[in-house]
Amino acid sequence: MTAKRPLSPHLMIYRPQLTSMMSISHRLSGIALATGSIFLVWWLVALAYGGDYYQMVQGVAQHVLGRLVLLGFFAAVSYHLANGIRHLFWDFGIGLSLEGVYRGGYIVMAFTGLSSLAGIYMLFLA
Amino acid sequence: MAEFTLPQHSKVKKGKIHPSPEGAERTKTFHVYRWSPDDEDNPRMDSYTIDLDECGPMVLDALIKIKGEQDQTVTFRRSCREGICGSCSMNIDGTNTLACLKPIDEVKGDVTVTPLPHMPVIKDLVPDLSHAYAQLQSIEPWLKTDTPAPENGERLQSPKEREELDGMWECVLCFSCTTACPSYWWNGDKYLGPAVLLQAYRWIADSRDESTGERLDALEDPFRLYRCHTIMNCTKTCPKGLNPGKAIAKIKKLQLERH
Repeated sequence: MTAKRPLSPHLMIYRPQLTSMMSISHRLSGIALATGSIFLVWWLVALAYGGDYYQMVQGVAQHVLGRLVLLGFFAAVSYHLANGIRHLFWDFGIGLSLEGVYRGGYIVMAFTGLSSLAGIYMLFLA
Repeated sequence: MAEFTLPQHSKVKKGKIHPSPEGAERTKTFHVYRWSPDDEDNPRMDSYTIDLDECGPMVLDALIKIKGEQDQTVTFRRSCREGICGSCSMNIDGTNTLACLKPIDEVKGDVTVTPLPHMPVIKDLVPDLSHAYAQLQSIEPWLKTDTPAPENGERLQSPKEREELDGMWECVLCFSCTTACPSYWWNGDKYLGPAVLLQAYRWIADSRDESTGERLDALEDPFRLYRCHTIMNCTKTCPKGLNPGKAIAKIKKLQLERH
């Protein structure tokens, strides 16, 4: 009888909230950083390869789509860095009250927002 | 490997609609998860509309009213109706809580009620907690000592030592926190989950207990303790306002200090 017991609904019914959403975002931004670092290596290799090839890679990076990817990478760095520091505080036992978790979360999101605005300025407006 | 969707036989279908009682001015509709081992069908969501003017303030009051007046086959656990027995834990409007402590008017619109998430269902809102209870037993949640008890029979604590246990003894073992934890959803076979780890720390922090080292040894494991990634859904959802996430962090800190 146990075998046919259904599994109760979980991920799809659980209300999204700051705690879980910031946790999954930390993982996703980490994946984005790992993927982005491959492009970073490509850029460095291009530098060693010679002027013409480097020019081509620079062209890709400076294209609007390239700059959008760079902006995403920049936002992911900002978020992962700030939230990583939030995790470090937690590992010292600091900021683990529910209010602390939310306050830290808002600070991380504000930091990510501001540095992304700076990123938009540098990549598209400066 | 984590499975993010429900197995085929667990997928929830549309159910029956029980209409609003005649003459009701203030109504509320409850969508309730239904499954019975007696029929071969998938789980379904049945809808019940009740008259709020003829009902107590809490979600548990509504469930009891539905069972009493509209459909006596609706099955759920309940006992004390004041948040002390931990029986009526379930997922209400997307978060886990005790139905007896959840005011109906805190939910905007219809109220969706499902069993504690990612658990085998015995019937309707009754999940099978055997595995969670076995995990609780595994941390030996009782006083363990080597020295004989003092002559007068009691092991004494200073008020300060006793204070260390505040925020932990209040746990009613409803497992709202454990079943709100995504890590427990994906690794609950081996990860102990927040409720059990809170109890583990309750005995680690007890000044009278003499097996702190062995308790920490037993928890030093990639799954039993360290599947906690400080998501903090546990603390967010605890109907008693306790902080299992912080207790787990304290265990991790003690592990680090020992090395």
